[in-house]
Amino acid sequence: MEKRVVFRNRVLPYILVAPQIVITLVFFIWPASQALVQSFLQEDAFGTASAFVWFDNFAELFASTEYLDSFRVTLTFSAAVAGAALSVALLLAVMADRALRSATVYKTLIIWPYAVAPVVAGVLWFFLFNPTVGMVAFFMKKAGVDWNHTLNGTQAMSLVIIAAAWREISYNFLFFLAGLQAIPHSFIEAAAIDGAGPWRRFWTIVFPLLSPTMFFLIVVNIVYAFFDTFGVIHAITRGGPNYATNILVYKVFNDGFINLDLGGSAAQSVILMIVVITLTVVQFRFIERKVHY
Amino acid sequence: MMVEHRPVLTFVTHATLILGALVLAFPIYVTFVASTHTLEVVSKSFPLLPGSHLVENYLRALTVGPRDVGATVGTMMLNSLIMALGITFGKISISLLAAFAIVYFRFRLRIIFFWMIFITLMLPVEVRILPTYKVAADLKLLDSYPGLIFPLIASATATFLFRQFFMTVPDELCEAHRIDGGGPMRFFFDILLPMSRTSIAALFVILFIYGWNQYLWPLLITSDQQYYTLLIGIKRMLDVGEGQAEWQIIMASTILAMLPPVLVVIFMQKQFVRGMTETEK
Repeated sequence: MEKRVVFRNRVLPYILVAPQIVITLVFFIWPASQALVQSFLQEDAFGTASAFVWFDNFAELFASTEYLDSFRVTLTFSAAVAGAALSVALLLAVMADRALRSATVYKTLIIWPYAVAPVVAGVLWFFLFNPTVGMVAFFMKKAGVDWNHTLNGTQAMSLVIIAAAWREISYNFLFFLAGLQAIPHSFIEAAAIDGAGPWRRFWTIVFPLLSPTMFFLIVVNIVYAFFDTFGVIHAITRGGPNYATNILVYKVFNDGFINLDLGGSAAQSVILMIVVITLTVVQFRFIERKVHY
Repeated sequence: MMVEHRPVLTFVTHATLILGALVLAFPIYVTFVASTHTLEVVSKSFPLLPGSHLVENYLRALTVGPRDVGATVGTMMLNSLIMALGITFGKISISLLAAFAIVYFRFRLRIIFFWMIFITLMLPVEVRILPTYKVAADLKLLDSYPGLIFPLIASATATFLFRQFFMTVPDELCEAHRIDGGGPMRFFFDILLPMSRTSIAALFVILFIYGWNQYLWPLLITSDQQYYTLLIGIKRMLDVGEGQAEWQIIMASTILAMLPPVLVVIFMQKQFVRGMTETEK
C-alpha cells in the first residue's frame, strides 16, 4: 500500500526518521551484532585477548547439562504459565460474556492486575507464600503441607508459575472476551433452536470460532513466559533452589553479569534471538492468514 | 451472550466471576492489609483486616525511606515517573515523525529504514543485555535519566500503528493542503497530529504502563541510589535477609508502586483496551 499524494523534499524525510534510526542503530543493531560477534570469540582468563573459536561456545553450551536443564526448565515453565493463564482466562471470559449487562463491571474487576509489573507480582506472591511471614504458607503448614519454596524445587516452580500466570490472566481475558463478543448471535441461536445445550454449543461452535484468538494468545503467552518473567524469578527464587527455576533469560543475566562469562552469555543471547525471531515469524504468518479470511 | 433462561447457570456464572475477581485481588488485599500494621503484627499474627498504622507506614516510606536502601520512596517514585514519562513521550514522538516520513515521502533508503525499524521488534533488552550495557557505559549513560530512557524508546509497534493510521487519512486532505501552498511540517502539526489524538491517547496508556514497569534495564544501569526506580528499591529492601525485612514498609512501597499504572488502567479503561488490541495486532 502506498500513498498517491506525497511531499517532495530531499532532506526533510531523513531528518524526520533520524531520531528513530539513530536509537535503533546505537541500542539495537550494534549491540545485537556485538552479541553475534562475541558469541564466536573466546576470551582468555584475564580478558586481555580473544580468539575466534567458530561454534565452540555453542557446542559447549549444548554439551553442558546446566544449559540443557535451563532449557527444560524454561519449556516446563512456559507451558505451565500459558496453560494456566489461558484456561482460567477462557473460563472467566465465557462467564463474563454470559453475564450480559454486568460484563463491563466484571471486565474492570478482572483486567487491572495486568498493570502490575512482573517483579511486583513476584513480591506479592513471595510475601503470601513466605515460609516465615506468609499467610498462605502458614495455613498450608496447618493443613499438613510443609511449604518452603526456598528448599523445595517443585514448590518453587509452582510459585513462580502462579505469580507469572496471575497477571497474564487479565491480558488473555481481554482478548477472549473481545473474541467471544464478535461471534454472531445467530450462530448460537440456531444451535439452541436445534436443541444444543450450552456445553455442546461451546465446544462445537464457540471454541472453533475462537481458535484464531487462541492461537495468537498461545504465541504471546510463550513470548511473555520466555522473556518478560525475569522480574518474577529475580524477586522470588533467583533461579534456585538448585537451579530448579533457572530459566534462560535469568541464566543469561547471571552468566553475563554475575559470572562474567562473555562468550557463553553472548552465545545464549544469540540462541534467544533465534527463539524470538522464530516466534515473531510464526505470529506474523498467522496474522497474514487471518487477514485473508 | 445468553439465549435461554437457566437460573442455575446464571448463578454459576456470577459465582465464578465473583470468585475469580476475588482470587485475582487477594494478593493485593493482603499486601494492603500488611501495609497498615506494625512489623510485630505483620510477622506474627497474619492479620486479615486493616490496622491503624496506615499513615505512619506510608509517611515513613515516602519521607524517611526503608532501611539499607539509601533513598526515600518519594525519590524513587519520582525517578520511576521521569523514566515512564520519558519513555512514553520519547516513543510517541520519534514514532510519529518516522511514520510521517515513511508514509508521506519517497526517498531512497525508505525500505531499508522500514526493515531496520521492524527488526527492533525482535530484539527485547533481555536478549542483548551485555552489549547494550557496554554501549550505555561507553556513552557515559550509567546512573543518569537519559540512560534509563533512551535505550528503551525505539519502538516498531508505535511506528507501525501510526503508519497504519496515516494510510487511512484521505489523500484529499494532503492535496488540498498542498494546493493552498502549505508545507509538510504545517500539514503534520495542523492536520495529522490532531487527527491522531485517539491513537496517541491509547498508546500513551500502554506505554506508560510499559515504562513504569521496566525492571531489568534499570537494574543493570543504576548503582547510585539517587537513580533507583521504585521497583529496584523494593527488590533491594527484600534483599536485607529473612527475619530482618521491614515488611510493613516494603508492603506500603509495593502498594505505591502499583498505584499509578493500576489507576491509569481503571480510569482510562477505554484507551487501555483500544491500545492493547491495536498494538498487538
